[in-house]
Amino acid sequence: MPSALINIPKKAKRGDVIEIKTLMSHIMETGYRHTASGSVVPRDIITSFTCRFNGTEVFRADLYPAIAANPFITFFTTVTESGKFEFEWIGDKGFSETAQASITVE
Amino acid sequence: MANSNHTTRRTVLGLAGGAAALVIVRPVDATPAMLQAAIRNVVGEANVRTGKVKLDIPPLVENGNTVPMTVSVLSPMTADEYVKSIHIFNEKNPQPNIGNFYLGPRAGRAQISTRIRLADSQKVTAIARLSDDTFWSATADVVVTLAACTEEAT
Repeated sequence: MPSALINIPKKAKRGDVIEIKTLMSHIMETGYRHTASGSVVPRDIITSFTCRFNGTEVFRADLYPAIAANPFITFFTTVTESGKFEFEWIGDKGFSETAQASITVE
Repeated sequence: MANSNHTTRRTVLGLAGGAAALVIVRPVDATPAMLQAAIRNVVGEANVRTGKVKLDIPPLVENGNTVPMTVSVLSPMTADEYVKSIHIFNEKNPQPNIGNFYLGPRAGRAQISTRIRLADSQKVTAIARLSDDTFWSATADVVVTLAACTEEAT
């Protein structure tokens, strides 16, 4: 069951730089491991992560198998108005998850 | 006659051995050539200079499956002068790429953190692309006690 954890401040002052922490539970199977019988475990990873604020992209990442399981990504952004952050993870085997978080700017 | 036969057999065996080594070794380790190619893919013909980038990663890690890592870039992050992207590479995982992170002037602070996998003790390189399209890098050595990727799946 995929689930996301998002950590952002609820409130901020106009022009503040805030830290956004995100975690998505995902196996991030590299595609380089073998089972005991020798067959390759097929790759199953998240390949793309995007963060938008009120519809505008503020951060994006391409992920590779070298990103650890349950990808944890933190980054910064400047807030100028109240609004909603939207997060999107896209991956192999049709994986697609979204999450949202709101912030009040005073 | 016998001599030439011998030589042929040896040549054939040598070739076969070489081919087998190529087939087996290539998927296991990213070669320095693969790392160079991956970096060239990002920077093109531009020069990559050392500096401005700070790569925070533990020098000794017990478990290569999750290695915390922070990259920060010295930049005022204004509309005219900011970091466009941060690219992270490794030397010895099966693939040279770890991740690409795209920022912009409104990031406010050019810093990202994540957790990565390392298949062996090796060098990790972070390259930042600034708004003036110059490239800056930092490299760190990491010793890994328990490697990622090698264990059998259950």
